[in-house]
Amino acid sequence: MRIVLALIAALWASMASAQTLQDLLQADPEAISDPSRRTVGEVLDRLVASGLPEVPTFLERWQAKEVVQRQSDGLFFYGTKEGGGHVLFDVSSGEEVGHSGPREVDELRPNAGVRGVIGSALIQFQLSDPDIARRQAALDAIAKDPAPEQLEPLRASLEGEDDPGVLARKERLENLLAARFEADPEARIAAIEALGSDITVEARAVLNQILSSEPRAADAIPAEANVAWKLTPGSDELPREAAYVMLVEAGLAPPRVTENAIRDALVAALAGGKVGDAPVATLGSDEARHAAYDAIAPARGLPPRISEEEVDAALGSHAFWQDYAEKDAAITGAAERALASAVTRVSLYQAADIALDAISLASIYFLAAIGLAITFGVMGVINMAHGEFIMMGAYTGYVVQTLVPDYTLSLILALPLAFAVTFAAGVAMERLVIRHLAHRPLETLLATFGISIALQQIAKNIFGTQARPLTSPSWLDGAWIVNDVLGIAYIRIAIFVLALLFLGLLLFILNRTRLGLEVRAVTQNPGMAASMGIDPDRIAMLTFGLGSGIAGIAGVAIGLYAKVTSEMGSDYIVQSFMTVVVGGVGNVWGTLAGASLIGILQKGIEWFNPSNTLAAQTYMILFIIAFIQFRPRGIVAMKGRAAGA
Amino acid sequence: MTTAPVPALRRRPILADNPSVLWALLVLAIVTLGVTVLAEGAGAGVISTSFVKTLGKTLCLCLAAVAMDVVWGYCGILSLGHMAFFGIGGYAVGQWLMTARTYDIVAQSLAGQPLPPTPRELDQAVATQIFGVVGSDHFPWIWAFSHSLPLQLLMVVLVPGLLAGVFGWLAFRSRVTGVYLSILTQGMTLALSLWLFQNDSGLRGNNGLSGLQNIPGLEGWGQDRISIAFFWASALALGLGYLLFAWLTSGRRGSVIRAIRDDEARVRFLGYGVEGTKLLVFTLTAVVAAIAGALYYPQAGIINPGEVAPLASIYLAVWVAIGGRGRLYGAALGAALVSLMSSWFTGGGVPDIPLGIYTVQWTDWWTVLLGLAFVAVTLLAPKGLGGLFDLMPRAPSRRQGDWGPDDGAWRNEEGEP
Amino acid sequence: MTIKTSLSVAALAAALGASAATAQQACPIKVGVLHSLSGTMAISETTLKDTMLMLIDQQNKKGGLLGCQIEPVVVDPASDWPLFAEKARELLTVDHVDVIFGAWTSVSRKSVLPVLEELDGLMFYPVQYEGEESSRNVFYTGAAPNQQAIPAVDYYLDELGIKKFALLGTDYVYPRTTNNILTAYLESKGIPESDIFVNYTPFGQSDWATIVSDVKALAADGEPVGVISTINGDANIGFYKELAAQGISADDMPVVAFSVGEEELSGLDTSNLVGHLAAWNYFMSADTPENEAFIQAWHDYIGDDARVTNDPMEAHYIGFNMWVNAVTQAGTTDVDAVIDAMVGQTFPNLTGGTAEMLPNHHLTKPVLIGEIRDDGQFDIISQTDPVAGDAWTDFLPESAVLESDWSKLHCGMYNTQTQTCVQLTSNY
Repeated sequence: MRIVLALIAALWASMASAQTLQDLLQADPEAISDPSRRTVGEVLDRLVASGLPEVPTFLERWQAKEVVQRQSDGLFFYGTKEGGGHVLFDVSSGEEVGHSGPREVDELRPNAGVRGVIGSALIQFQLSDPDIARRQAALDAIAKDPAPEQLEPLRASLEGEDDPGVLARKERLENLLAARFEADPEARIAAIEALGSDITVEARAVLNQILSSEPRAADAIPAEANVAWKLTPGSDELPREAAYVMLVEAGLAPPRVTENAIRDALVAALAGGKVGDAPVATLGSDEARHAAYDAIAPARGLPPRISEEEVDAALGSHAFWQDYAEKDAAITGAAERALASAVTRVSLYQAADIALDAISLASIYFLAAIGLAITFGVMGVINMAHGEFIMMGAYTGYVVQTLVPDYTLSLILALPLAFAVTFAAGVAMERLVIRHLAHRPLETLLATFGISIALQQIAKNIFGTQARPLTSPSWLDGAWIVNDVLGIAYIRIAIFVLALLFLGLLLFILNRTRLGLEVRAVTQNPGMAASMGIDPDRIAMLTFGLGSGIAGIAGVAIGLYAKVTSEMGSDYIVQSFMTVVVGGVGNVWGTLAGASLIGILQKGIEWFNPSNTLAAQTYMILFIIAFIQFRPRGIVAMKGRAAGA
Repeated sequence: MTTAPVPALRRRPILADNPSVLWALLVLAIVTLGVTVLAEGAGAGVISTSFVKTLGKTLCLCLAAVAMDVVWGYCGILSLGHMAFFGIGGYAVGQWLMTARTYDIVAQSLAGQPLPPTPRELDQAVATQIFGVVGSDHFPWIWAFSHSLPLQLLMVVLVPGLLAGVFGWLAFRSRVTGVYLSILTQGMTLALSLWLFQNDSGLRGNNGLSGLQNIPGLEGWGQDRISIAFFWASALALGLGYLLFAWLTSGRRGSVIRAIRDDEARVRFLGYGVEGTKLLVFTLTAVVAAIAGALYYPQAGIINPGEVAPLASIYLAVWVAIGGRGRLYGAALGAALVSLMSSWFTGGGVPDIPLGIYTVQWTDWWTVLLGLAFVAVTLLAPKGLGGLFDLMPRAPSRRQGDWGPDDGAWRNEEGEP
Repeated sequence: MTIKTSLSVAALAAALGASAATAQQACPIKVGVLHSLSGTMAISETTLKDTMLMLIDQQNKKGGLLGCQIEPVVVDPASDWPLFAEKARELLTVDHVDVIFGAWTSVSRKSVLPVLEELDGLMFYPVQYEGEESSRNVFYTGAAPNQQAIPAVDYYLDELGIKKFALLGTDYVYPRTTNNILTAYLESKGIPESDIFVNYTPFGQSDWATIVSDVKALAADGEPVGVISTINGDANIGFYKELAAQGISADDMPVVAFSVGEEELSGLDTSNLVGHLAAWNYFMSADTPENEAFIQAWHDYIGDDARVTNDPMEAHYIGFNMWVNAVTQAGTTDVDAVIDAMVGQTFPNLTGGTAEMLPNHHLTKPVLIGEIRDDGQFDIISQTDPVAGDAWTDFLPESAVLESDWSKLHCGMYNTQTQTCVQLTSNY
């Protein structure tokens, strides 16, 4: 094959030896400067057929948006930007030929579709190129737009491939192409069967392409049809109206007369304030119009109305089925079996993927809510400004990142700093406000709301309303991908790990340290704890600081995966409340249970109703309200005396 | 401590129990008349139509705040969801306003056609006009009564009443109290606003209902007169609502309501039906808030789901707290003052304060001031602005010592000494 | 040049008709600016307020208008939709402004509309919107769906060969209506309904993992998938971060956005988003002398060379200059006279070519499609001839029969089938 190509090329070259690449390009400059995916093929064929050795380079640089056109004479050059203008290089020799001033050349920017077509044209040059990157580019082009004529060159290039990774990819693509385009049915079925357990999108795409089908209607199913499955008119898959429309389109039934057509016909028949015998004023109802239409239809040659019974009769006397485009039942059968085995595995992986998303969401809710839960448990107060502490943490991260350009270092700095800032803010708030409102939880709620709106507006005044970037370090970019279905972003894994860390840390502090003992004592009975020598004020202050500090860390985490705005806190605050209330107050495990329940629930509802995220949130809140009816103290309720506190 | 025999409680006239009612109604009447005389509609033109609308809306907010005060300041239920009922009232009345206005427009345009329109065509044309913006051409079920003003007005009362009744019954029955209840009510209003935000719920999603200031049947009136009419209606509603709640919180029933705020368990031990009373107060205030909303939104001109977001209900609580809990005039005062000051400050009418290196622009800093003022009021003056009235000289009470555990709300002397 | 001549003509006219014109024209001429300076929309609208102040400043330096200075009246509707109506009423009845430039979201425009129509005000609305509206008192200088969404879909169909579509949007009227129009359009192009995936998310959505996975799974059919995003505001940040994290490149699955411009990208690291698309009528990277001058003036005015320009800013630039010319031509700021003079006004676009105000109060504009670069700007890869803005879309059956023409038919909603004017004032 290659030899043939080379021969043709050599022949062309000798015939058109006088032609330079520039001449070829100038033959139809429009096609180069303003190409379209649909028309660029022609000029590419011409360029490739010329056999000029510089053509592949030109195509590559054209694809990379490096070609410019001089406005004065329309000549093409390779151009690199310099100052206001460009340095120009000849397209054949690659030598520098001069400079251009500003706006003297047009940069050519072929769109992604054209670039794809150029990529396909380059395949034949690149499949056996010594540069591995070029070979991979060629394989990408094949994967993106598989075509029958690629099969031969691909098979030919298998032989000389020395890189095992690229070879495996080539063999895979060869199998995919064979499954779709192989002429010999036996070989094709074998290729299809080899795809049986493959759950990649590429493989399923091939199988689905083989299995593409469309609905058909006829008097009876013809013998040569390859039936995918039969359709029943009136089912969800094929509603009654749609089925009748199919019959009309196939010329098997007369079209129904629409209400608009009836109205138009009546208007056309209007004469002397009457339609037929009916005065116009009586035609204000559908029945009257139908009667009037039936009266005038025969005389005026109008089609008769089709009754519902006639529709039913027509539907009953015809067959409807889904028809495979591929006529060979052996091939579609093999593809069906292969796809079925893939689909089962895919849905398992999908469930696992949703589960991962749910865990990720739960860990975010956990981080956002745990600080709230601790303060609620120890002091019985709801801190409405908790969301703003999350925001403060995120802005701390942003400020650190503007000062320290290295993303990894800035993240390492930002986490403790965010903790410190929000810890201090929490302690200050506790000392200045909350302490003076002891035992008045509702007033505390409102006072902290006042602080919340003030903090939010201050953040707006300082940082503006525009969202600020908080970029994760490059080692957190990308995702952990098991296969084409199952995968999760590294940043979400990091947040999950962070949540686990804090879970462990809190459990350790609460169960294994003196502070934890005192906190638990104050949670259960402040009066008794005080008489045992514990200073409840100090404990309250420290827990408040701790809770706020964790909110700050949560802010950095949320900012990394979503956004940093002055309103980000309010996005999480109600969900955090819900988490705490559902989970049960003052208990780390309770918060964990609450966060898991809400995260899993939200993802579960989204799965059943994927096109409406908003509805998922609505249902979730309704569920929580209902849930509280049955467990007013949450999943993990405190027992004994503490329950009354 | 006191050994005097406790006299039997007997019914006293509301006004004796609550002398502020007369004063409050008098102030309301004077304001109403004053505004009417000075407004554009009456010819004086000192007060612009847009300001009359602002004042009318403020009266509606006052009514909602008075309702909020009864449920929180008197009964001790901090509901963070009362603006949901306010919004439902607005939606209910808005449905009729939109439908009726559009029917007029459509009937007019179809009248020019050769054939008289069929009911189906009429309905479809109206629906296309109203829902075309969200890509639909038929009425969702939720608009079933929208063609009838009386039915829709019934909905103003019925829907919030039912919602509050069911919600309250569920919550009070399982003894959800305190901050739990506050958060649940907040969840309720959030769920409502999220539901309204969906186009599928049939209330035009984020667009909401608009053009509500054009009242069908009053096309010839002009906004200057319509604004006065609504101002009067709002004043009347506020007056009646005020009287209703003054009656509700007076006498023995009032004592029980306040006792529930102060110590629910004791009231229950004394044999009073706590749940029933709470449910009554919760539902009644919800209905009154809905009526306030039904009057508010034709003046605002547009209602959309953002209006029932949780923040709105919290602001309602803020007004009541700043005005003074446990006194009806305090709530009205707080709502009027804070909402008018908000629109004054954010309207850019207040001069900036140059501080040398930094200029304080009130559009930016008003919210900060409001938030901090609110914290200050809660901390330093829990009685709010209403507490100022306590400074007025009055006959000293013979009662000594503290009256109860809740030192935020204003407290009545229970029964005659 | 044209401005100069028309100015002198106007001066002549004013001198001739002296008493009438000068008696009516009160100085200064007041221009209301109705953009949110606080609340959620401040992020986008504050820039437009600054643009207006810059344009007014420039005009005053050129000698003002009709011999008067122009005075801006700035109010803050605080992203609160009812407040838009209230502030508009204030502007028209208390401040007596001659024209308003303002609003961003559709719902705020719908809130202002009845007030404008009642008080016979005049407003210029600068943002791309869902169409299906034409008011006598509003000039729509942003794109209608056929000037942004439809050409972008054509680009997908013709140039990228996309056969399967995911329409992702924030749940409000602009995405809803646009997606309805696009669904109808795609079906007319032979794309079956089952190949169109539609999803709506709340404002400020941040958890995109599942939705992006769902979209990714669409590719399993083997047809090329394209995403059309009408996601609004800061929800885009999480969306693009998730796209980048899941490794969806523009080659696999391009995303074309209608609400993401230079301003929105400035909050993002775009290195992982190179090649994704946006469709607008203006990009800052447009290489014309007019654009260079405009950017220079903007940077000088705002005092920050890092600030970007965007499409709605160009819309205000065109709208304001057209209004100035129309007032000059009419010799008065009287609303009725200006509305008549506005239709047929032309003004050069910043991207080349000329914009013309049509009788339906929409502009003719070229449609540009840009690929995101790693510096947060766009490579313009396609620029159409100017497209006439269509108030009522041709792709929804009930709107296809409607037409808007304020100069001949004097009706914003004219049914061409029954040949009646459905309504004169908008039904909001």
